[in-house]
Amino acid sequence: MLSESNCKPKGRCLVSSKKQPELPVEPKGRFSRRGFIRGVGIGGGALGTGLLEREVEAAPAAAGVVGPGPVAITLKLNGKPVNLSVEPRVTLSDALRNHLDLTGSKRVCDRATCGACTVSMNGKSVYSCTVLAIDAQGKDIQTIEGLATGNALHPVSQAFWDNDAQQCGYCTPGFVMAAKCFLDEHPNPTLEDVKHGLNGNLCRCGTYMGVRKAVLEAAQAMKKGAKNG
Amino acid sequence: MADTPDYNWPPMESRKVMGKGYKRVDGPPKSSGRAKYTSDFNRKDLLYGVYLHSPYAHARVTAIDTAEAEKMPGVAAVHISAPAGTEMQWEGWEIAAVAADTEERARDAAARIKVQYEVLPFLVDESDLSKAGARGKAGGEQLQGDPDQAFKDAEVTSEGQYGIPVINHCCLEPHGSVVQWQGDTVYAWPSTQDVTNWNNGLAPNIKVPAANIKVKMDYIGGGFGSKFSADAWGEVAARLSQKAGGRPVKLYLERRAEQMIAGNRPSAFARIKIAGKKDGTVTAWQSESWGTGGFSGGGMPPIPYVIKPGLANYRLLHTNISVNAGPSRAWRAPNNQQASFLTCCALEDFAAKAGVDPLEVFKKAADYAPKARIDQYKYQLDKAAELADWKRLWKPRGQSGGSIKRGMGLGWSQWGGMGHNSQCRTTINPDGSVLVEIGTQDLGTGTRTIITQVAAESLGLPMGAIKLAIGSNELPRDSASGGSTTVGGVSMSTRRSSVNALQKLFEAAAPALGAQPEDLEAVDSHIRVKGQPNKSLTWVAACKKLGQGKIAEMGQFNSRQPAAGMVDQGAAGVQIASVSVDTETGIVKIDKYVAVQDCGLVVNPRLAESQVFGAIVMGISTALYERRFLDNQTGKYLNPNMEFYKLAGIADVGDIQVHMDIRPENDKRGIIGLGEPPAVAICAAVANAVANAIGLRVPHIPMTPDHVLDALEGRNA
Repeated sequence: MLSESNCKPKGRCLVSSKKQPELPVEPKGRFSRRGFIRGVGIGGGALGTGLLEREVEAAPAAAGVVGPGPVAITLKLNGKPVNLSVEPRVTLSDALRNHLDLTGSKRVCDRATCGACTVSMNGKSVYSCTVLAIDAQGKDIQTIEGLATGNALHPVSQAFWDNDAQQCGYCTPGFVMAAKCFLDEHPNPTLEDVKHGLNGNLCRCGTYMGVRKAVLEAAQAMKKGAKNG
Repeated sequence: MADTPDYNWPPMESRKVMGKGYKRVDGPPKSSGRAKYTSDFNRKDLLYGVYLHSPYAHARVTAIDTAEAEKMPGVAAVHISAPAGTEMQWEGWEIAAVAADTEERARDAAARIKVQYEVLPFLVDESDLSKAGARGKAGGEQLQGDPDQAFKDAEVTSEGQYGIPVINHCCLEPHGSVVQWQGDTVYAWPSTQDVTNWNNGLAPNIKVPAANIKVKMDYIGGGFGSKFSADAWGEVAARLSQKAGGRPVKLYLERRAEQMIAGNRPSAFARIKIAGKKDGTVTAWQSESWGTGGFSGGGMPPIPYVIKPGLANYRLLHTNISVNAGPSRAWRAPNNQQASFLTCCALEDFAAKAGVDPLEVFKKAADYAPKARIDQYKYQLDKAAELADWKRLWKPRGQSGGSIKRGMGLGWSQWGGMGHNSQCRTTINPDGSVLVEIGTQDLGTGTRTIITQVAAESLGLPMGAIKLAIGSNELPRDSASGGSTTVGGVSMSTRRSSVNALQKLFEAAAPALGAQPEDLEAVDSHIRVKGQPNKSLTWVAACKKLGQGKIAEMGQFNSRQPAAGMVDQGAAGVQIASVSVDTETGIVKIDKYVAVQDCGLVVNPRLAESQVFGAIVMGISTALYERRFLDNQTGKYLNPNMEFYKLAGIADVGDIQVHMDIRPENDKRGIIGLGEPPAVAICAAVANAVANAIGLRVPHIPMTPDHVLDALEGRNA
């Protein structure tokens, strides 16, 4: 189960994102954000899905007590090692935004609900507001800044633009990353799959109709790209 | 050159850029994460500001000690907002703020500020008018005709009680700014809907001339009416910066505070009686309504909505209740959502009582709408009914069988949307490049794209030829993006400055074409003689005639001098919700949602549709999920976050069909704002659909299982 140190810093616990490669696709909705919240209710604290155990087991064992002052860490970011010094309580999201100027990931709810901070970790989408930077060491982290080079657009970003799946745009990078990770695991999604797979991200401007179309279109574009590549 | 150039829009059929669904011009930076919002601001010398907020709904600060906080590592400045003696009227009230070199250290220091409180009595629940006591402030009675007689004469009367709660804006980017106060100059990077005027509110508070406050903002992560002024936190960021020797301070509200103090939509409750005839004609309305917008109360919803101008008999009494909770702010069509909900629900209840199809009742009631809109509403009611297949699918209340019941409901909206005051400068350079400058902001509504389209259309150029600068108060002055006024304002100023600039270019190019300037036109990147397409210069060749000089022309729009046929106000919309209600669980699902919306001349149908889709998604979220829970025992806001303050996700909104009412008779009215009107009617339509499905009224929004089950089990008394 959870170690105390994971729970303490901001009163939050390490909770996995909603997408798990080893989970069966059916029954859909069992692991969606809203399904989870509905199931657990306000007072609920127990995760009945077994996600957490797997997540914690996979995490490297703590190498000893560090902090509370800044510690030197190395993150594997967009394919390159990056050294920085952060307090152990600093989240991956804050490390990216405040220390590395990688501001595509947004801090919105700051507690694993809205998905605006979504990044890819070992190929899986995670809420970076709920991962500690020190715990992210040794993992392959991809942020939206690493999706494409220069002015090029990744097929998912392109599809979001083409389908106007963005208004103010503050949720968009998180949505794009969640969609990218979702499509990596589900290259042939149905509309229903998209609704469940992207239900861990929130948009206040209400761009969901565009997002639905964009993700389906991006799936086609990514398959084409894979063939050509 | 003609003294008064022809600014009129080209006829609908001959527009080449306007009216086309161009993709938004700032799409790539947004979808690639490269767009920099002010909350993304980073600099080596940046300080992070963190607030300490009141934990009580009502308390007096009796002592405050910041000594320990000031000595904490990394702390550069501390500011006290609520000195001893301050009476704080809501939870989340700002007490003090700290600026430190890291966010974590600022949080630590804020936690070390010692405050002593005298906790005071509070009121946080306004749902029961009889318990408001002295906190309720009744407005005067509004009386029209003789409602008492009309009720006596009525063939049918209906009555009901309805409520729509306080909800939060939930802008994804919280309120805040980065401010740097150096000497006599202040540099500010706020998240604001009003780049041009943001400095004006701050200037007197910090005694710096407004002209010395330089404001810049490229992107804003949502506003919805809640982000106009510099706010207290803008001033506090400035003061912290000054105390810290002029280092920039980033002070954004944390989510909890954002929900508590950065604005909300006032609640509205009402007991409504309607009198009418058996054929569904409404003859009189009587309502006692109340609601709160926080400590200073809220506004009165304009009920009876849409039909007030022509209704012969009504009596209205509204009471504002002051509660100990964060203040309200404009919320995407202020007061209109509440008014639409209250009115449309009462009309639907009347229709059910009279045994008449609500579509017919609404159509008859539309006779009471503002005269110019009557036909529009009738057309839109029919169009929405057609798209929703109302005639085939609608059934009288409670006739849906089984445990999962289906129903359909109507709602309507009205809004102004006249363009706001705006100035624009269009510069044409000798190398052919074009720069359009305007001190506006793009909230995600597509303002950048619209301006670019208007300039391109006016200059006969493709979209890519226009460079656009917005988001600074050193640019030509625009106004706040509120009230759906931006599209009209910026389109007018852009049109005028571009036409003015083009006149100058015609003057420069005319000699080479052997023609008079007034005989020239700009088409497809050429300047040519009207009627003689072969007598032309390319755009670039024409601009070369400027020699070393460039053209820089202003254009402006004053909302008090509307330009007939170019801009207008008065949008109408009709929406129909089709829902399923599980009567065993109380869960409501949106099956289909239809919106018919006009907004005059549509500059970009793709972005216009996005606005309507977005407004409906937001509205469905408010209709089904959103609610601020304040605890009667402690006065505390129980769900100031995003996991228990629920927002609709991508799977929760059903299928939405948007029909933009683009007809020549609408187009010739000119441009009308669209940001707000489509967000108005959703609670009404959904609540009516639920009532239609289950055969009785669920009086309170949101249509959550508890509210639905309460109604089904008769627990509403």
